[in-house]
Amino acid sequence: MQEIWDILKTLDYSPLWISLQTGLVATVICFFLGIWTARSVMHMGKRAKAFVDGILTLPMVLPPTVAGFFLLLIFSLRRPIGSFLYDELSIKVVQTWLGCVLAAGVISFPLMYRNARAAFEQVDIELIYAGRTLGMSERAIFWRVVLPSAGPGVVSGTILTFARALGEYGATSMLAGNIAGKTGTISQRIAMVIQNGDYLTAGMWVAIILLISFGIVVAMNVFADSKMRNIKKW
Amino acid sequence: MSLSVNIIKRLPGFMLNVSLDAEAGVTALLGASGSGKSMTLRCIAGVERPDEGSIVLDGRVLYDSKAKIDLPPQARKVGYLFQRYALFPNMTVLQNIDAGLSLERDVHARKTKRENLVARFHLQGLEDRLPRELSGGQMQRVALCRMLAGEPEAILLDEPFAALDSHLRWQMEAEVKETLAGFSGVALLVSHDRGEVYRMSKSVCVLNAGKSEPLLTTRELFDQPRTLQTALITGCKNCVPAERLSAESIFVPVWNAKLACAPDGSSGMTHVGIRAHYVVPCEPGAENAIRCRVVSASDDVFSRVLTLLPAGGTATIRSEVSKAVGDTLQIGNDAWFCLPKEHIMLLRETHEG
Repeated sequence: MQEIWDILKTLDYSPLWISLQTGLVATVICFFLGIWTARSVMHMGKRAKAFVDGILTLPMVLPPTVAGFFLLLIFSLRRPIGSFLYDELSIKVVQTWLGCVLAAGVISFPLMYRNARAAFEQVDIELIYAGRTLGMSERAIFWRVVLPSAGPGVVSGTILTFARALGEYGATSMLAGNIAGKTGTISQRIAMVIQNGDYLTAGMWVAIILLISFGIVVAMNVFADSKMRNIKKW
Repeated sequence: MSLSVNIIKRLPGFMLNVSLDAEAGVTALLGASGSGKSMTLRCIAGVERPDEGSIVLDGRVLYDSKAKIDLPPQARKVGYLFQRYALFPNMTVLQNIDAGLSLERDVHARKTKRENLVARFHLQGLEDRLPRELSGGQMQRVALCRMLAGEPEAILLDEPFAALDSHLRWQMEAEVKETLAGFSGVALLVSHDRGEVYRMSKSVCVLNAGKSEPLLTTRELFDQPRTLQTALITGCKNCVPAERLSAESIFVPVWNAKLACAPDGSSGMTHVGIRAHYVVPCEPGAENAIRCRVVSASDDVFSRVLTLLPAGGTATIRSEVSKAVGDTLQIGNDAWFCLPKEHIMLLRETHEG
């Protein structure tokens, strides 16, 4: 027990903060982008929808390293876009925290987008018609009618997005690398210490990420449930 | 105040073709389910787009395929009462009413209007409730209130009483009727209930599988339906093929009966109809008397429904009589029944054109 306490006291906590910050920022971006995309895709024609939906869902089904490959292809400083961003706008994605956010965001985005879309498609079309005939603007209808009605689905999408972003490993390690105190996330730290045979420290980090992920999911479930009281269950 | 609708909308396996000119007051759209009544309302409200045609409300063009005019629903000033009310479940009664006041920008005017509406629809004390905490009647009142809040120039009611229990139906029908009486514009009422149409509206447009028939007054429709489909939708239970013998007589093969009818100039009759409650027992030899066997009898709430088989006939006739009269008739026995000349309706199978 004393041994565990000693490790906890001397542990470098930077991976915790980096992971939390990455997860949070990626989730916020995915939240708005996912909702906006879900809304846009819903209004597309059948074929365009199938195509665009396919592309947007790919990061979820492909190995994260494939996403990492494409991200490197775009943002590597040796590639046109990456070098342009760096030379002209001083934006560096590779080996930076921005890369962490981008990798986590790309990988977790489909969870937000798909859940939001499924939730929007469930909303009773008559509510939207009612809003229109009452003279409500499309924007007001979306924020005041559609989004609250789709609430539970959007919330669960957000939970999953955050959980996924928090633990992202594959694409992050390729794009952002594992620079201690800068891009070293919890999942990368676990992999690293395991390689050094330090199972105790790895176990600590495993316990920490378990606690955080589980705690957040449970807390948001409770919140979603209290909001869903008016919905009949089957 | 008038609403002129001429639209065509093609759907998979179905074509909606509606021509309708409604004046101020309540006009009913009567049709079986799936006949395109709700779709017609949606096109008028602007939440669905017809393929071609025009919709004009008081000279204001809401839709015109040729002129490429298609006002968004927000700009049409057409109120819509949804079958299941479509109250916003996440908003209180007051917030729902406020949604109907979306176009009122002035905060004070909005507050005054809101207060007047709450009083007018007897919603005091319910302001902070959510829709799920309301009874069916209250939900309908809120929906009516919300719809009228925006001061629409025409209102559309989609089966407004379908979701209510029968005892509430009557009360809400009276309330809605009163509200409609105070409304100066065009009101379109969609219904498949002939009784509701008869009580609520002054004119009726029948929709048959997507096609509208010419507008009739409610009396005309029920007294002299001209087509087989109209007779059926107005609840005529006895409609069978018939042949014309002369201007004032017809022959009904399946009843093996020659019947006198009121002189009728129109041509092309294919069927004859008579409402069940006009078929009554009579003396032998009376005009249009037919000898029938009473095949079966079943009690309705306040009447008895008899199934009669005419002598030499192959199709039955349905008769509705009082229970007292019904008691004088035995199942299996023969009796004389009269199909009064003035109630014989000559029908065409489909509308011309």
